[in-house]
Amino acid sequence: MSGHSAEDIKRETRVYILVFAALAALTVITVAVSTLHLSAMPALAVALLIAITKGSLVACYFMHLISEKKVIYSVLILTVVFFVVLMTLPVSGLLGSTAR
Amino acid sequence: MQIPYTVENHPETGVYNGKLGVWLFLASEVMLFGALFSSYILLRTNAAHWPHGVEEGLNIPLATVNTMVLIASSVTMVMAWAAARLHDLKKFRLYMGTTFLCGLIFLGIKYVEYSDKFHHGHLPSKSTFLAIYFTLTGLHGLHVIGGMIVNGYLWGPGAKLFHTDHARFSNRIEVAGLYWHFVDLVWIFLFPVLYLL
Repeated sequence: MSGHSAEDIKRETRVYILVFAALAALTVITVAVSTLHLSAMPALAVALLIAITKGSLVACYFMHLISEKKVIYSVLILTVVFFVVLMTLPVSGLLGSTAR
Repeated sequence: MQIPYTVENHPETGVYNGKLGVWLFLASEVMLFGALFSSYILLRTNAAHWPHGVEEGLNIPLATVNTMVLIASSVTMVMAWAAARLHDLKKFRLYMGTTFLCGLIFLGIKYVEYSDKFHHGHLPSKSTFLAIYFTLTGLHGLHVIGGMIVNGYLWGPGAKLFHTDHARFSNRIEVAGLYWHFVDLVWIFLFPVLYLL
Protein backbone atom coordinates (compact mmCIF):
# COMPACT_ATOMS: atom_id res chain seq x y z
CA MET A 1 0.00 0.00 0.00
CA SER A 2 1.37 3.40 -0.94
CA GLY A 3 0.54 6.38 1.32
CA HIS A 4 -1.40 6.92 4.53
CA SER A 5 -2.35 10.60 4.42
CA ALA A 6 -6.00 11.58 3.89
CA GLU A 7 -5.11 12.89 0.43
CA ASP A 8 -3.39 9.61 -0.49
CA ILE A 9 -6.42 7.60 0.64
CA LYS A 10 -8.79 9.81 -1.36
CA ARG A 11 -6.56 9.38 -4.42
CA GLU A 12 -6.69 5.59 -3.91
CA THR A 13 -10.50 5.65 -3.82
CA ARG A 14 -10.58 7.33 -7.24
CA VAL A 15 -8.44 4.46 -8.56
CA TYR A 16 -10.87 1.93 -7.03
CA ILE A 17 -13.76 3.51 -8.95
CA LEU A 18 -11.78 3.33 -12.22
CA VAL A 19 -10.94 -0.34 -11.55
CA PHE A 20 -14.63 -1.05 -10.88
CA ALA A 21 -15.56 0.55 -14.24
CA ALA A 22 -12.91 -1.56 -16.00
CA LEU A 23 -14.15 -4.76 -14.30
CA ALA A 24 -17.77 -4.02 -15.24
CA ALA A 25 -16.78 -3.28 -18.87
CA LEU A 26 -14.72 -6.50 -19.07
CA THR A 27 -17.68 -8.51 -17.71
CA VAL A 28 -19.91 -7.10 -20.47
CA ILE A 29 -17.19 -7.90 -23.06
CA THR A 30 -16.91 -11.52 -21.78
CA VAL A 31 -20.66 -12.05 -22.20
CA ALA A 32 -20.69 -10.28 -25.60
CA VAL A 33 -17.84 -12.45 -26.90
CA SER A 34 -19.66 -15.60 -25.78
CA THR A 35 -22.58 -14.69 -28.08
CA LEU A 36 -20.22 -14.76 -31.11
CA HIS A 37 -20.10 -18.59 -30.82
CA LEU A 38 -16.37 -18.86 -31.54
CA SER A 39 -14.88 -22.34 -31.86
CA ALA A 40 -13.62 -24.00 -28.65
CA MET A 41 -9.97 -22.88 -28.53
CA PRO A 42 -10.41 -19.17 -29.45
CA ALA A 43 -13.43 -18.95 -27.10
CA LEU A 44 -11.37 -20.47 -24.27
CA ALA A 45 -8.40 -18.20 -24.97
CA VAL A 46 -10.49 -15.00 -25.04
CA ALA A 47 -12.54 -15.93 -21.93
CA LEU A 48 -9.43 -16.86 -19.93
CA LEU A 49 -7.52 -13.78 -21.09
CA ILE A 50 -10.37 -11.52 -19.92
CA ALA A 51 -10.73 -13.46 -16.63
CA ILE A 52 -6.97 -13.22 -15.97
CA THR A 53 -7.07 -9.45 -16.70
CA LYS A 54 -10.01 -9.00 -14.31
CA GLY A 55 -8.36 -11.17 -11.67
CA SER A 56 -5.13 -9.20 -11.97
CA LEU A 57 -6.99 -5.91 -11.51
CA VAL A 58 -8.66 -7.23 -8.34
CA ALA A 59 -5.39 -8.64 -6.98
CA CYS A 60 -3.24 -5.61 -7.85
CA TYR A 61 -5.58 -2.80 -6.76
CA PHE A 62 -8.20 -4.18 -4.33
CA MET A 63 -5.76 -6.59 -2.66
CA HIS A 64 -2.90 -4.06 -3.02
CA LEU A 65 -0.46 -6.53 -4.57
CA ILE A 66 0.89 -3.69 -6.70
CA SER A 67 2.76 -2.41 -3.63
CA GLU A 68 3.11 -5.33 -1.21
CA LYS A 69 6.01 -6.55 0.89
CA LYS A 70 8.49 -9.19 -0.30
CA VAL A 71 7.20 -11.84 2.13
CA ILE A 72 3.70 -11.72 0.58
CA TYR A 73 5.16 -12.09 -2.92
CA SER A 74 7.21 -15.08 -1.71
CA VAL A 75 4.06 -16.79 -0.40
CA LEU A 76 2.26 -16.08 -3.67
CA ILE A 77 5.07 -17.28 -5.94
CA LEU A 78 5.08 -20.61 -4.13
CA THR A 79 1.27 -20.77 -4.40
CA VAL A 80 1.35 -20.02 -8.13
CA VAL A 81 3.94 -22.78 -8.73
CA PHE A 82 1.77 -25.39 -7.00
CA PHE A 83 -1.36 -24.03 -8.68
CA VAL A 84 0.23 -24.38 -12.13
CA VAL A 85 1.22 -27.97 -11.28
CA LEU A 86 -2.40 -28.69 -10.30
CA MET A 87 -3.71 -27.17 -13.54
CA THR A 88 -1.28 -29.03 -15.79
CA LEU A 89 -1.71 -32.38 -14.03
CA PRO A 90 -4.96 -33.34 -15.86
CA VAL A 91 -3.52 -32.57 -19.32
CA SER A 92 0.03 -33.81 -18.67
CA GLY A 93 -0.84 -37.45 -19.30
CA LEU A 94 0.28 -38.47 -15.81
CA LEU A 95 -3.30 -39.19 -14.84
CA GLY A 96 -4.18 -40.74 -18.22
CA SER A 97 -4.32 -44.34 -17.12
CA THR A 98 -6.64 -43.70 -14.21
CA ALA A 99 -8.86 -41.08 -15.85
CA ARG A 100 -10.17 -43.21 -18.70
CA MET B 1 -1.26 -12.26 27.10
CA GLN B 2 -0.85 -9.52 24.51
CA ILE B 3 -0.83 -10.80 20.91
CA PRO B 4 2.24 -9.26 19.24
CA TYR B 5 2.34 -7.38 15.94
CA THR B 6 -1.39 -6.88 15.41
CA VAL B 7 -0.81 -3.23 14.52
CA GLU B 8 2.88 -2.61 14.00
CA ASN B 9 4.78 -4.54 11.32
CA HIS B 10 6.90 -7.50 12.35
CA PRO B 11 10.59 -6.56 11.97
CA GLU B 12 11.38 -9.74 10.04
CA THR B 13 8.41 -9.95 7.66
CA GLY B 14 7.66 -6.23 7.26
CA VAL B 15 3.91 -6.82 7.67
CA TYR B 16 1.64 -7.27 10.67
CA ASN B 17 0.96 -10.88 11.63
CA GLY B 18 -2.74 -10.82 10.73
CA LYS B 19 -1.99 -9.89 7.14
CA LEU B 20 0.62 -12.62 6.67
CA GLY B 21 -1.74 -15.10 8.33
CA VAL B 22 -4.59 -14.24 5.97
CA TRP B 23 -2.34 -14.45 2.91
CA LEU B 24 -1.18 -17.92 4.03
CA PHE B 25 -4.82 -18.90 4.51
CA LEU B 26 -5.63 -17.58 1.02
CA ALA B 27 -2.74 -19.65 -0.37
CA SER B 28 -4.45 -22.75 1.05
CA GLU B 29 -7.74 -21.57 -0.46
CA VAL B 30 -6.09 -21.27 -3.88
CA MET B 31 -5.08 -24.92 -3.57
CA LEU B 32 -8.60 -25.93 -2.47
CA PHE B 33 -10.29 -24.27 -5.45
CA GLY B 34 -7.31 -25.20 -7.65
CA ALA B 35 -7.90 -28.88 -6.92
CA LEU B 36 -11.55 -28.52 -7.95
CA PHE B 37 -10.65 -26.57 -11.11
CA SER B 38 -8.12 -29.30 -11.89
CA SER B 39 -10.87 -31.92 -11.44
CA TYR B 40 -13.08 -29.89 -13.77
CA ILE B 41 -10.36 -29.91 -16.48
CA LEU B 42 -9.85 -33.66 -15.98
CA LEU B 43 -13.57 -34.39 -16.28
CA ARG B 44 -14.04 -32.10 -19.26
CA THR B 45 -11.04 -33.27 -21.28
CA ASN B 46 -12.01 -36.91 -20.75
CA ALA B 47 -15.71 -36.50 -21.56
CA ALA B 48 -17.04 -37.65 -24.93
CA HIS B 49 -19.47 -34.70 -24.87
CA TRP B 50 -19.37 -31.71 -22.55
CA PRO B 51 -22.57 -29.61 -22.51
CA HIS B 52 -22.68 -25.83 -22.66
CA GLY B 53 -24.06 -24.33 -19.43
CA VAL B 54 -27.25 -23.19 -21.19
CA GLU B 55 -28.00 -26.80 -22.27
CA GLU B 56 -28.00 -27.73 -18.57
CA GLY B 57 -30.37 -24.92 -17.64
CA LEU B 58 -27.86 -22.29 -16.48
CA ASN B 59 -29.10 -18.72 -16.60
CA ILE B 60 -26.45 -16.41 -18.13
CA PRO B 61 -28.27 -13.07 -17.55
CA LEU B 62 -28.75 -13.87 -13.83
CA ALA B 63 -25.12 -14.97 -13.51
CA THR B 64 -23.98 -11.76 -15.24
CA VAL B 65 -25.98 -9.70 -12.74
CA ASN B 66 -24.41 -11.74 -9.93
CA THR B 67 -20.93 -11.05 -11.32
CA MET B 68 -21.67 -7.31 -11.34
CA VAL B 69 -23.05 -7.52 -7.77
CA LEU B 70 -19.91 -9.26 -6.49
CA ILE B 71 -17.61 -6.80 -8.29
CA ALA B 72 -19.60 -3.91 -6.78
CA SER B 73 -19.24 -5.52 -3.34
CA SER B 74 -15.46 -5.64 -3.76
CA VAL B 75 -15.41 -1.90 -4.46
CA THR B 76 -17.61 -1.09 -1.46
CA MET B 77 -15.39 -3.33 0.71
CA VAL B 78 -12.25 -1.45 -0.27
CA MET B 79 -14.13 1.86 0.20
CA ALA B 80 -15.12 0.69 3.70
CA TRP B 81 -11.44 0.16 4.46
CA ALA B 82 -10.60 3.62 3.10
CA ALA B 83 -13.39 5.16 5.24
CA ALA B 84 -12.08 3.33 8.33
CA ARG B 85 -8.59 4.71 7.70
CA LEU B 86 -10.09 8.20 7.30
CA HIS B 87 -11.72 7.80 10.78
CA ASP B 88 -15.20 8.10 9.24
CA LEU B 89 -17.35 5.52 11.06
CA LYS B 90 -20.57 6.64 9.34
CA LYS B 91 -19.15 6.09 5.86
CA PHE B 92 -17.48 2.86 6.97
CA ARG B 93 -20.87 1.53 8.11
CA LEU B 94 -22.49 2.66 4.85
CA TYR B 95 -19.91 0.91 2.64
CA MET B 96 -19.63 -2.19 4.82
CA GLY B 97 -23.43 -2.42 5.02
CA THR B 98 -23.60 -2.18 1.21
CA THR B 99 -21.00 -4.95 0.93
CA PHE B 100 -23.11 -7.13 3.22
CA LEU B 101 -26.23 -6.32 1.18
CA CYS B 102 -24.43 -7.22 -2.07
CA GLY B 103 -23.49 -10.58 -0.53
CA LEU B 104 -27.14 -11.10 0.38
CA ILE B 105 -28.28 -10.22 -3.17
CA PHE B 106 -25.68 -12.61 -4.60
CA LEU B 107 -26.97 -15.45 -2.42
CA GLY B 108 -30.60 -14.52 -3.21
CA ILE B 109 -29.92 -14.78 -6.95
CA LYS B 110 -28.06 -18.04 -6.40
CA TYR B 111 -31.09 -19.34 -4.47
CA VAL B 112 -33.35 -18.45 -7.43
CA GLU B 113 -30.93 -20.22 -9.82
CA TYR B 114 -30.69 -23.34 -7.64
CA SER B 115 -34.47 -23.49 -7.09
CA ASP B 116 -35.10 -23.27 -10.82
CA LYS B 117 -32.65 -26.09 -11.51
CA PHE B 118 -34.09 -28.33 -8.80
CA HIS B 119 -37.60 -27.59 -10.10
CA HIS B 120 -36.59 -28.76 -13.59
CA GLY B 121 -34.81 -31.86 -12.27
CA HIS B 122 -31.31 -30.53 -12.96
CA LEU B 123 -29.80 -32.25 -9.92
CA PRO B 124 -26.10 -32.95 -9.21
CA SER B 125 -26.79 -36.64 -9.82
CA LYS B 126 -28.10 -35.97 -13.34
CA SER B 127 -24.78 -35.28 -15.06
CA THR B 128 -21.05 -34.79 -14.44
CA PHE B 129 -21.42 -31.17 -15.52
CA LEU B 130 -24.10 -30.48 -12.90
CA ALA B 131 -22.13 -32.37 -10.24
CA ILE B 132 -19.04 -30.17 -10.70
CA TYR B 133 -21.25 -27.06 -11.16
CA PHE B 134 -22.99 -27.57 -7.81
CA THR B 135 -19.71 -28.50 -6.09
CA LEU B 136 -17.88 -25.38 -7.30
CA THR B 137 -20.72 -22.87 -6.88
CA GLY B 138 -21.83 -24.46 -3.59
CA LEU B 139 -18.34 -24.19 -2.10
CA HIS B 140 -18.08 -20.63 -3.39
CA GLY B 141 -21.48 -19.83 -1.85
CA LEU B 142 -20.27 -21.15 1.52
CA HIS B 143 -17.28 -18.80 1.24
CA VAL B 144 -19.66 -15.88 0.56
CA ILE B 145 -21.63 -16.80 3.71
CA GLY B 146 -18.37 -16.99 5.71
CA GLY B 147 -17.31 -13.56 4.48
CA MET B 148 -20.72 -12.10 5.29
CA ILE B 149 -20.52 -13.38 8.88
CA VAL B 150 -17.14 -11.65 9.33
CA ASN B 151 -18.32 -8.46 7.57
CA GLY B 152 -21.54 -8.43 9.59
CA TYR B 153 -19.55 -8.75 12.81
CA LEU B 154 -17.19 -5.91 11.82
CA TRP B 155 -20.17 -3.72 10.86
CA GLY B 156 -21.94 -4.39 14.18
CA PRO B 157 -20.34 -5.49 17.47
CA GLY B 158 -16.80 -5.54 16.04
CA ALA B 159 -17.01 -1.80 15.26
CA LYS B 160 -16.52 -1.05 18.98
CA LEU B 161 -12.80 -1.42 18.28
CA PHE B 162 -13.04 1.64 16.01
CA HIS B 163 -13.10 3.83 19.15
CA THR B 164 -10.77 1.83 21.40
CA ASP B 165 -8.00 0.71 18.99
CA HIS B 166 -8.50 2.36 15.61
CA ALA B 167 -5.31 1.08 13.93
CA ARG B 168 -6.12 -2.50 14.86
CA PHE B 169 -9.68 -2.05 13.61
CA SER B 170 -8.43 -0.75 10.22
CA ASN B 171 -6.13 -3.77 9.92
CA ARG B 172 -9.06 -6.09 10.62
CA ILE B 173 -11.02 -4.44 7.82
CA GLU B 174 -8.05 -4.80 5.50
CA VAL B 175 -7.64 -8.55 6.09
CA ALA B 176 -11.40 -9.15 5.94
CA GLY B 177 -11.24 -7.30 2.62
CA LEU B 178 -8.44 -9.53 1.34
CA TYR B 179 -10.65 -12.56 1.95
CA TRP B 180 -13.69 -10.91 0.35
CA HIS B 181 -11.72 -9.92 -2.77
CA PHE B 182 -10.46 -13.49 -3.04
CA VAL B 183 -14.07 -14.72 -3.05
CA ASP B 184 -14.78 -12.21 -5.84
CA LEU B 185 -11.66 -13.39 -7.71
CA VAL B 186 -12.80 -17.03 -7.60
CA TRP B 187 -16.18 -16.05 -9.07
CA ILE B 188 -14.44 -14.09 -11.86
CA PHE B 189 -13.04 -17.45 -13.05
CA LEU B 190 -16.10 -19.58 -12.21
CA PHE B 191 -18.44 -17.41 -14.27
CA PRO B 192 -16.87 -17.91 -17.74
CA VAL B 193 -15.76 -21.50 -17.03
CA LEU B 194 -19.20 -22.76 -15.96
CA TYR B 195 -21.61 -20.45 -17.79
CA LEU B 196 -19.96 -19.28 -20.99
CA LEU B 197 -17.56 -21.97 -22.24
